[in-house]
Amino acid sequence: MGILEVKDVSKRFGGLKALSDVNLSVAENTVHAIIGPNGAGKSTLLNCFVGKLIPDTGSVMFDGQSVLGRKPYEINQMGISRVFQTPEIFGDLTVMENMMIPVFAKRDGHFQMNAIGDMMKEKDIVEAAEAMLVDMNMADKRHMHAASMSRGDKRRLEIGMCLAQEPRLLLLDEPTAGMARADTNNTIDLLKEIKDQRDITIAIIEHDMHVVFSLAERITVLAQGTPLVEDTPQNIKGHPKVREAYLGETA
Amino acid sequence: MLGLNKKDSTLLIVVAVLTLFAPFILNPFPADSALAQFNAGYPDLMQRFVVFGIFAIGFNILFGLTGYLSFGHAAFLGIGSYAAVWVFKLFTYNVVPAVILAVIIASIFALAMGYVSLRRSGIYFSILTLAFAQMMFALAYSVLSNPKFNLTNGETGLQVYADDPQMFHRAGLPDLPHLFGLSMRATYDLDIGAWSFSFNAGYYLCAVVMMVVFYLSIRIFRSPFGMMLRAIKSNQTRLNYTGLSPRPYALAAFVISGAYAGLAGGLMAAMDPLAGAERMQWTASGEVVLMTILGGTGTLIGPVLGAGFIKYFENIFSKINDAVLHQWFAFLPDGMEDFVVFIIHPFVGKGWHLTLGILFMLVVIFLPGGLVEGGQRLGKWIKSRGKSEETDKAKIEPAE
Ligand SMILES: Nc1ncnc2c1ncn2[C@@H]1O[C@H](COP(=O)(O)OP(=O)(O)OP(=O)(O)O)[C@@H](O)[C@H]1O
Ligand SMILES: [Mg+2]
Repeated sequence: MGILEVKDVSKRFGGLKALSDVNLSVAENTVHAIIGPNGAGKSTLLNCFVGKLIPDTGSVMFDGQSVLGRKPYEINQMGISRVFQTPEIFGDLTVMENMMIPVFAKRDGHFQMNAIGDMMKEKDIVEAAEAMLVDMNMADKRHMHAASMSRGDKRRLEIGMCLAQEPRLLLLDEPTAGMARADTNNTIDLLKEIKDQRDITIAIIEHDMHVVFSLAERITVLAQGTPLVEDTPQNIKGHPKVREAYLGETA
Repeated sequence: MLGLNKKDSTLLIVVAVLTLFAPFILNPFPADSALAQFNAGYPDLMQRFVVFGIFAIGFNILFGLTGYLSFGHAAFLGIGSYAAVWVFKLFTYNVVPAVILAVIIASIFALAMGYVSLRRSGIYFSILTLAFAQMMFALAYSVLSNPKFNLTNGETGLQVYADDPQMFHRAGLPDLPHLFGLSMRATYDLDIGAWSFSFNAGYYLCAVVMMVVFYLSIRIFRSPFGMMLRAIKSNQTRLNYTGLSPRPYALAAFVISGAYAGLAGGLMAAMDPLAGAERMQWTASGEVVLMTILGGTGTLIGPVLGAGFIKYFENIFSKINDAVLHQWFAFLPDGMEDFVVFIIHPFVGKGWHLTLGILFMLVVIFLPGGLVEGGQRLGKWIKSRGKSEETDKAKIEPAE
C-alpha cells in the first residue's frame, strides 16, 4: 500500500473528460513524477488530492484515510503540503513571518486565538522558523519583504514553508516552470537534499525532463486523462508508447 | 513598557500626551481673535474626535489587517447607542453599565453579521455588509418603532423621559449620564490671559477609554492573531494550504471591530443621552472607511488621525460662512473682496464636503499610505536635508 492511493478517479469539466479512471499509487519515501503533454490532466489530478477539486467518481486515500470532501486546510493538517506553479507566499509579510505561519499551524492547529501575546516572544516558533530559514539558506533575507525576492528565492521560501510543517507528502506542480537555468538547478539540488535528509514522499509534476530524470524514482505518464504507463525512469526513457505520446514532441 | 517594544511604547506615550493636553493643543488661538474660528478645543468636538478615533481604530483592525472592507460598521455604532440609552432609561444614568452593554450587544450583532457576510469576499462581502446595515437602519427608523412595540422611537430618536423607570437612579445623582456621580458635562474652564481652555469630564473619560483600546490594538497588531489577519489580506490560498482556516480569524476580527464600534456608540450616548437611526446610515459607514484610508490603512495611528481630520473639517470648515469670509478679506478692495469670497464660497460652509473630497482624492493619489505616509515622507525629507547639510559642511571643513 502506498501512502497515496488513487482509485478510478474521473473528473469532467462540462463536456471535457479531464480525468478518466485514473489509478495511481505513490509509495512512501519515494519521489514520484507525473509527466504528460499539456492538458493531460496533471494539475486536475493534483487538485483532487488537496481538496481544491472533488472528483466525480473514485477515491483518494492518504495514509488509509479518504481526503475527499475535506477542506484544503484539513487535508493539509493530515500531512499533505503543496507547492504551486507560481509561488504562493505571503508577499506583504517578511520572510521570517512567512516561515512562522506554518510553524504556528503545525503547533496550534487550524485556528488559535492569541490576540494579546507578542508573536516574536513565542520562543519555540521563532527558533523553528529560524532553523528552517538556515536550512533553506535564507537566514540573511529574514527581514525582507517576501514579494521583493527573486522567483527562485520565492520558490525556495515556499518549499521551506511547506517543509516547516513536516508534511509526509509534498506535492509540487511544475516547480521550475518559467525559471532560469541556474534557479532550476538550485531547485533540483534543494529537492535532492530534502529527499536525502528527510522522511518525506514527493509527488512532482514537471515538464522539464532534466528535472524529472534527476529526481524521480517512479514516473507515471498521463495522456488525455489516463495513465499510459508507470515505470522507473530508465524504462520510461526507452518506452515506445511514451516516446510517441510525449517525448516524441520534444525529441 | 506594558509588553510593547520601544517604538510602540513611544507611539503610545506620544498619543497619551497629545490626548491629555488636547484642550490646550486644540485651542491655540485667543478666545476673541479672528482665528478663534479654528479652535477645536471645546468639549463637544473633542469628545467626537476620540469617539470616532475609537470607531476608526476598531474598523482598521478589520479593514487594515484582513483587507475585508465593511460598508456596514455604522450599524454597530447605532446599536451601541441604542443599548446605552436603554440602560439609561431602565436602570441608571451611570455610564459604566451602559457602555459595557453597548459593547456586548454590538458584538452579538457583529457575530451574526460577520458569520453571514464572511461567506463571501471582496466586493460581495462589502455589499452584504451594506445590505445588512441598511436593514438595521430600516428596522431602527421605522419597523421597530410602532405604538405596540417601540424599541427605537423612530425618527425622533431614543431618549430618556422623566417617566422612565431608571430603577437605580437616586436623588443627588446628576440627571444626566455620569460616572459614579461625576457628570459627563462637568467642565472646568481655565482662562489664561486672552486664552480659554475647557477640561471636560466626558472628554477625559473617552480619552482614557481610547488609550486603553489603542493599546489593545497595538497588542493585536503584534500578536500571532494579528499576523494571521495580515496573512489573510496577503494570500488566502497559501493560508488555506498551510492548514489554517481564514474564516474564524476573519470572523474574530469582524467581531472585535464591531465591539469597538459598539463601544464608540455607547460613549456617544454617554456624552449625549440620545440615539437616532441616522447614526446607522450608510453614509456613516462610509465615513469610517474614509477616516481609515485618509489616515493610513493598516497603520496604528492612521485611523485616529483620519478621524480627527474629518471631524475637524466637518465642524470647523462648515462654520465658515460668507460673513466670516468678508471679514477676513475686508482688507482687499471691494470688487476683489467679493471675487475672492465668491471663489472660496463653494469650498467652505455647507460646501466643506467639496474640500474634503478634493483632499481625499489628493491623498489617495499621491499618498496611498495616507497621512501617516505623508508624515513619514516629511520626516525622511527633513532628515536627509539635515544630512546633506552635514556632508556639505564636511566637504568644506578640510579646506580650512
Ligand atoms: N476548472 C476547469 N474548468 C474547465 N476546464 C478545466 C478546468 N481545469 C482544467 N480544465 C481542462 O482540463 C484539461 C486538463 O487540464 P490540466 O490543467 O489538468 O492539464 P495539465 O496536464 O496540468 O496541463 P499543463 O501541462 O498545461 O499544466 C484541460 O483541457 C483544461 O483546459
Ligand atoms: Mg498544469
